[in-house]
Amino acid sequence: MRVSARLSEQVGALLLAAALAAAAPAVAEAPRRVVSINLCTDQLAMMLAAPGQLLSVSHLATEPQTSAMVEEARAYPANRGQAEEVFLMHPDVVLAGTFTARQSVDLLRSLGIEVVELPPANAFSDIPDQLRTVGRALGREARAEELVAEFEADLARLKVDLPPARAAMYYPRGYTTGSGTLADAILRHTGFSNVAAELGLDGGGDLPLERLVMAQPDMIVTSSPYPGASRAEELMDHPALQAVRAEAGSVEVSDGGWICGTPAVLQALEVMGEARRNLAAVRLTELDGSR
Amino acid sequence: MRYPLLLLALALLVVLLFLLSLLVGPAALGLGESLRALVTGQGEAVVLVMREIRLPRAILGLAVGAVLGISGAAMQGFLRNPLAEPGLVGVSSSAALGAVIALQTGLAASFTLALPLSALAGAAISVLLILGLAGPRGGALALILAGVAISALAAAGVALILNLSPNPFAAMEIVFWMMGSLADRSMTHVALALPFLLAGSALLLTLGRGLDALTLGEDAAEALGVRLGRVRLLLILGTALSVGAAVAVAGTVGFVGLVVPHILRPLVGARPSRLLPASALGGAAMLLAADVAVRVIAPDRDLKLGVLTAIVGSPFFLHLIWRMRRMEA
Repeated sequence: MRVSARLSEQVGALLLAAALAAAAPAVAEAPRRVVSINLCTDQLAMMLAAPGQLLSVSHLATEPQTSAMVEEARAYPANRGQAEEVFLMHPDVVLAGTFTARQSVDLLRSLGIEVVELPPANAFSDIPDQLRTVGRALGREARAEELVAEFEADLARLKVDLPPARAAMYYPRGYTTGSGTLADAILRHTGFSNVAAELGLDGGGDLPLERLVMAQPDMIVTSSPYPGASRAEELMDHPALQAVRAEAGSVEVSDGGWICGTPAVLQALEVMGEARRNLAAVRLTELDGSR
Repeated sequence: MRYPLLLLALALLVVLLFLLSLLVGPAALGLGESLRALVTGQGEAVVLVMREIRLPRAILGLAVGAVLGISGAAMQGFLRNPLAEPGLVGVSSSAALGAVIALQTGLAASFTLALPLSALAGAAISVLLILGLAGPRGGALALILAGVAISALAAAGVALILNLSPNPFAAMEIVFWMMGSLADRSMTHVALALPFLLAGSALLLTLGRGLDALTLGEDAAEALGVRLGRVRLLLILGTALSVGAAVAVAGTVGFVGLVVPHILRPLVGARPSRLLPASALGGAAMLLAADVAVRVIAPDRDLKLGVLTAIVGSPFFLHLIWRMRRMEA
């Protein structure tokens, strides 16, 4: 019964497709059932999908610590990226990241499902590309172009023209991000230079506390803490770090705007732009005071 | 070697390694510059590095090493078994379980002393279990098997709690609790642990005479006026205080308490009362050396101390088992 039901569904879809093709030959058929299994594609899909087109997003999309679109994501059932659960949703297209759930992706492909994979974004110029890629996959090219234009205008608006202040990203366990990353681009766009890049770090890596202290940054960027305890986050209370923070400016950001190559980076740019202007204001009052 | 001379040589070694520990780190600082900053407080960033990062690390290296050495010597003296060592018999892992419980329940955040006290409780329970299971007259086999069981259970508890933590970083820290590290410790940790470490070693040092008498056997010791119950109580308290506090701030560092007394025993004429202070110095030297080595081998990564002490310690352990087997045969 199940098989014949599927079959009639497919025949129906074919007939519908044929009808649509006859009516409007220029428009390719848009997939009707889309599932996203990666935090970043989740957000792109939610921005781009037509109503009812997106069936499910990953469980990380509703995680306030990592996702920039928690509220929107609550409207969709969550998946954990397992091939089995995704397959049972009968998707036409699955959106995945190139680094996530390799085995699930391979398995889904071997089951004949189309999987569109997006690499992580390392620069702002990747963001329009990714919007267009997902737009194409969803048959929503026009919407993608709208979002690209909006994004590029906002990006230009949020550019901060102040001499670069030296900022260090300092995350739990002493993790930081150097040159060639989205975070580095966010800093450079908002009037900062990246201390980790200055120390020769390319990509992500550890920055020992000693070297952070010796670098004497103007601004420390940290992430908001997770619930529960860990030594990794206890590092944020280290007296040496507190002393550096007392001298420098300090801003706590949520990861949402920093991880994914989506227009959500605009949120991070707003926060950092404000932090940079505050820093400039503080420095000016200090100068006035010393005069 | 004459005993005072041995102590002097060990103390000199500890002082040298302590200084070396202050001079090694990922930030390349000049020798004169760093020592001047440490003593005079001149030069903002360098002072922070020296006083708030390297000094607490060196102090903890010295103190944690000392209590590991001394508690190993004391346990070996009391059980008259060269294999007794806080790491091998599960005292350290039980202390780690206590510490992890305090941290993950939020107890440690609401009440500062909860962390060392909970680790101390874990250590105390395991010492009681070990003494009960292996007994004062228990053979090496019973001791080691009891230790294996307690270690495995406590380690499983640590892994379970950290895996279930809502904090995504917690599960990565299983390695810290199993292997130990002094990276990024601060003066806060020194203040938290040092009183317990000092009290514990002071208690263990008072055991010298009792342990000397015990080398003649329990009956002879009692005839000499040694109250075994009291020695046992002091051993439990002293080990729990010192190992508990050490693990709470530095994780589990194994084999120091095994290797150090083993090397020093022939040099002190196998007298426990002399072995205790010598092992304290020897343990401090070994841990400081290991902590310098991890920073030289991998300056920008947190290589765990237990990795190095196990590489040095395991061959010793095997050698001891081999020798005991030959003696039993």
